[in-house]
Amino acid sequence: MKWATRPGVHIDRAACAWLIRRHIDRDAEFVFAADPAEVPTNATPFDMRGVELGHHSGDCSFETILRRYELTDPVLWKLAEIVHEADLDDERFDAPEAPGMDVMLRGLSMVCDDDRVLELTGPVFDGLYEYHRRGLMLGHEPA
Amino acid sequence: MSVRRPGEWVLLCYRLPREPSRPRISLWRKLKRLGVAQLADGLVALPADARTREQFDWLAEEIIEAAGTAGVWVARPATAAQERDLAAGMAGARAAEYDAIRAEAETAATTSSLGQAGRERTQRRLRAELRRVARRDYFPPPERDQARAAVEALTPTPETATPQEQL
Repeated sequence: MKWATRPGVHIDRAACAWLIRRHIDRDAEFVFAADPAEVPTNATPFDMRGVELGHHSGDCSFETILRRYELTDPVLWKLAEIVHEADLDDERFDAPEAPGMDVMLRGLSMVCDDDRVLELTGPVFDGLYEYHRRGLMLGHEPA
Repeated sequence: MSVRRPGEWVLLCYRLPREPSRPRISLWRKLKRLGVAQLADGLVALPADARTREQFDWLAEEIIEAAGTAGVWVARPATAAQERDLAAGMAGARAAEYDAIRAEAETAATTSSLGQAGRERTQRRLRAELRRVARRDYFPPPERDQARAAVEALTPTPETATPQEQL
C-alpha cells in the first residue's frame, strides 16, 4: 500500500512510518507531499492537515493511528507518550526521553533526506520498543 | 549595521465560539506555551520555521474541530521597524519570565533555612522552567543569561572548571 505524508520528517511522522511498517502494512511505501491536495489518490495520507490520520482532540498522529487501527499493545502506547511529548511538548505525559528524541530527529533531518531519516529511525524505534517491552515485563528499568 | 529585510512570519487567525469555554481555555494555554505575539483579537504570530508552521497548522485543525474557523498565513512585515517592534515585544515578555526565574533563584540562594538539598531541588525545578521559557524564546534577551547564571549559582561549581571554559 502507498502512504503519504509531508516532507521534512520529524518525530511524529518518523514514528508513524515505523508503526505503519511494523504493525499495519509490512510492504508500506511512503511518498511525500507538501500539500494535502498533492497526495496521490491511491495513497493513505497521515500527519497532514485535514486528514483522518492526523492530530485529533489533542492526540498526535501516532496516537490517532493507534486508535483508528485499534492497536492496544501497551508498549506501543508507552511509545505514544514519548512521541506525543516530543511532538507537542504539552506535558500531558511524563516522558523524559522526549526532548532527546526531538533533538535527535531535528538534527537528522538537517543532514539526511526523508527516505534516509525513515531508514535510520526504524531501528531506533525498534530499540525503543524492545526497551519498554522488557521494562514492562520486568516491572523495572531493564539492564 | 546592515538593513535587514523583514523575515517571514506565520500567522494564525481564528474565531472560536464563546461557549463552550474549554476549547478556548485549551487554545489560550497552547498559545501561551508557544510564546506567540498577539497582533489583534484572534490573530497571533510567530517567526516562521518548519516547527512553528506545523504548530499553527495543528492548532487551526483543533479550532475547526471545536466549531471555530481558522487560517494559517505566511507573511512578511512591510517594514523592518514593524518587525523590530514585534520582536521587541516578544523579547520583553520572555525577559519578564526570565526575571521571575532569576528572582526565585536569588531568593533561594539567600534563604539559609533551605540548606544545600533545598537549593538543589530549587535548581532542578528552575532549570526545567528555564528550558520551558527558552523553547518559546525566539529573540533571546540578556535576561536569559542572567537567569541561567543565577540558577547555576545555586550549587557550588565543581572543581574542574566550567564546561564552557574547557571547550
